Amino acid sequence: MKKKEITITLNGENRTFEFEPNLTLADALRDRVGLKSLKCGCERGDCGSCTIFFDGRSVKSCLILAVEADGHEVTTLEGLMIKGKLTPIQKSTLKHNAFQCGFCAPGMIIAATELIRKNPNPHKEEVCEAIAGNLCRCTGYSPIVDAILDYKNFEGKE
Amino acid sequence: MSAIVSEFEYFKPKTLSVVFELMTKLQDYVFLAGGTDLICHLKEDIVRPTNIIDIKEIDELKKINLTDDYLTLGSLVTFSQIIEHESLKTCFPLLVEASMTVASGAVRNRATMVGNICSAVPCLDSGAPLMVYEAEVVVKSSKAERIVPIHEWFLGPRKTALQKGEIVVALRMKNLSSKQGGVYVKLGRYTGEDLAQASVAVLKLTQNEYRVSFGSLSPTPLRAKKIEAHLKGKVLDNKLIEEVKALVEKEITPITDIRATKEYRLHMAKVMMERALKASTERLEGLGPKLGTALI
Repeated sequence: MKKKEITITLNGENRTFEFEPNLTLADALRDRVGLKSLKCGCERGDCGSCTIFFDGRSVKSCLILAVEADGHEVTTLEGLMIKGKLTPIQKSTLKHNAFQCGFCAPGMIIAATELIRKNPNPHKEEVCEAIAGNLCRCTGYSPIVDAILDYKNFEGKE
Repeated sequence: MSAIVSEFEYFKPKTLSVVFELMTKLQDYVFLAGGTDLICHLKEDIVRPTNIIDIKEIDELKKINLTDDYLTLGSLVTFSQIIEHESLKTCFPLLVEASMTVASGAVRNRATMVGNICSAVPCLDSGAPLMVYEAEVVVKSSKAERIVPIHEWFLGPRKTALQKGEIVVALRMKNLSSKQGGVYVKLGRYTGEDLAQASVAVLKLTQNEYRVSFGSLSPTPLRAKKIEAHLKGKVLDNKLIEEVKALVEKEITPITDIRATKEYRLHMAKVMMERALKASTERLEGLGPKLGTALI
């Protein structure tokens, strides 16, 4: 199949790639570009482990063709960390021991980041709704919800 | 199931006229908008297009246009855009409440309402609210534009009135500027992201005029005309609610499938009907549960 040239702003950098039209963005980012934070779980938009930012909104990258990203801004968890520093939400999840296996963590953190950008003081129901499309099979969600609710305590701290 | 097996060419036209040129030239194509259904179908290999026409760069399809008379939702308008639009909360509360129940945030950021009615699965969330607002589907071909009333749009599970050579450009509905109480109740297997086992939409207008529609309880979304006729002009009380619950059996034809049995669906449809009638009456008075509150 003929490849298509696309240019994306990927984690803040302009990058040009050549991808087959039938390659999903999730597979392109993981297998071709090497960004391994996002995970491929259900592959049908249910589990949320492949969640990334697309033009600033959270999306499931398994449901997007890589060629659709041409001219758009794509940010993975790697791109959220400024100069390699953890975000307040990440620090909070560490403190709360929010994840066990960690497979859902990147998607959860993207979903939570989108929430607090729109609503910096969410209450518990809003947090649960924001991560409703992200499945965790280890924790029962409680420590993840606690960590997101507690993120403000980690703002501005090293 | 992970990689997409079928091979296709990908086109991303910037105007509708180029879309029509491509449609004539290519013959075998599918449209791509949000992609949350299509990409799944490609992975499952149940759709094997030779060409994909991505319509997301066509600016005229991206707009929500609300005037005193009409609401027009372009075919690229996502569920998130509908939820975030401040004026729709008062003018079209049912559209907003139903949109809030669709899948999860990351899906709502991509999935479009027009895509939802084009996929036309029986459990779609857009069907019932569009039925009560008596929406019109604006369909274009290279030669003409035609309007399909929403009650003529759904022909069966995954079947619509869209013909070859046509594309949906918008949904349009009258702005009922009058006071209204709208409620969308969706039953899933659990709170959070799930498809509907049953859904009920009730719109109450002044002078005790009611509009009622069901989703997931018949092959296509259903406007409950018998129930509406029975309710018309009557003040809601317990006796009336019991009468309506008896009528529910005469309107719907639920089936047993992986998500629920038909007996469960029928029973729950009555419970949901009662709650929707009560909540719509409260909301008409500016009271009642906040938009998006789960009533079941």
